[in-house]
Formats: sequence, structure tokens, C-alpha cells
Amino acid sequence: MKEVKKQGGLNAEIQSRIGHQLRAMYDDVVRQGVPDRFAELIRKLDGPEAAAAAVAGGGDTDKNNGGD
Amino acid sequence: MPLTNELRDDILASVPSLRAFAISLSGNGDRADDLVQETLLRAIANIDSFQPGSNLPAWLFTILRNLFRSDYRKRRREVEDAEGNYAKTLKSQPSQTAHLEFEEFRTALEKLPQDQREALILVGASGFSYEDAAAICGCAVGTIKSRVNRARSKLSALLYVDSAEDFGPDNTVRAVIGGNGG
Repeated sequence: MKEVKKQGGLNAEIQSRIGHQLRAMYDDVVRQGVPDRFAELIRKLDGPEAAAAAVAGGGDTDKNNGGD
Repeated sequence: MPLTNELRDDILASVPSLRAFAISLSGNGDRADDLVQETLLRAIANIDSFQPGSNLPAWLFTILRNLFRSDYRKRRREVEDAEGNYAKTLKSQPSQTAHLEFEEFRTALEKLPQDQREALILVGASGFSYEDAAAICGCAVGTIKSRVNRARSKLSALLYVDSAEDFGPDNTVRAVIGGNGG
């Protein structure tokens, strides 16, 4: 007789579907790589002081999309 | 440690997974990128407190997670509005079945308690060990394990309750019929 776990455990198929969808959602974003704004942000910051100033200044760097 | 070029590269290499974590937590792309930006700024501002040789992604995830938590209550209403807009955007593209399925999953994920959602993402998607996830969330390893299990059960109930019922009663009925009828 085939038994299906009802309590205290998940159906293995459902569990694998959840894992698959979770990773699909996550990896979809990972595959987008590094947006230019972040590459530029990290390149512009020459040290902790510059970063601290940007934090204090409310991070207006995201409005500054112009550049090379 | 000082901000070496190598460390810069390592931080940059973590950006894609930081974004994925931020989007999974906040359910909103714009909000997620703001979170990532603030995480990067704070990480670099506090780079002196990073221990060379320790787990850089885990350190960055911890910063992002704490920022999200401290900001969450303030922004909750705003995020809900943004989600409404996001859903509208999706409805204007009815042909994209994959996107709708994706949105259904995301909506279910949003319904999880925050503790459970972050634990599930860290272990099930980001690929952190239970130990690293516990360090990121500032709790015991056993707590993370139980949050992940509860998150999976709840998602299963939200998404697959129909198929779970299909499996259950059907098999029971079959078993009963098989047993009685010989």
C-alpha cells in the first residue's frame, strides 16, 4: 500500500517544485549581472570616507546616472 | 581591512546575488536596488571592520538584511503600493504565462512571515549553509532549520493545496477500495 505523508513532512514532489521555483526566481535576477549603476558606484568610491559621506548625504548617487 | 582593488572586485561580484536577495525580500525591484546601493555604501564605509579571510558574501548579506529590517516598518505601506503597481504591469502582459506563474510564487512568498522567508531564501536559493544563514540572521542553527521547514510547509499549503489534496484523498480512497474489494 502506498502511503502519503500528510503531517510532519512534505510531499517530496511538492518540496522539489518549491525549491525549483525559488531558485528560478532568484537566478533570474542573478543572471542580470551587475547593473552599471553599481559598477560605477564602486569605482567612484575611493575609500570608506567617500562611502560614509554618500551614506550621510542620503545616497544621491543613484540620481546621478550620467557619466562616462 | 583597507579597500583593495581585489576587495572591490569581490564586492562587485556579490552584487548579482545581493540584488536577488533584496528582490526576494522586498518583492520590488526599485526598492531592492536602493537596498543594494545602501548596502554597498555601508559596507565600504565600514570596510575596516571586515575580517580578511572571512565570508564576504555573508558579511554583505548581513548588512543588507539588517538594513531591510530596520527600514521595513517605515516603508511597509509604500512597498504595498508598489506591489499593486507591479501586479498591474503584469496584467497588461497576459501572454506571458511564465511571468504570471512567477508572480504567483512571489505572492505566496510575500505571505510568509519575514523570519521564515529570509531563512528559506538564504538556504534554498542563495546557497548558504544553515550555519552561515544563522550567523546572517543572528539566531541559532536549529532556529534556521525550523524556519526553513515551516516556510516550505506554508508555501506548499499556499501554492499546492489542490495537488496535495489530490494526492492524499485519492490514495486513501484507492487504498480503502483496494483493501475491501480484494
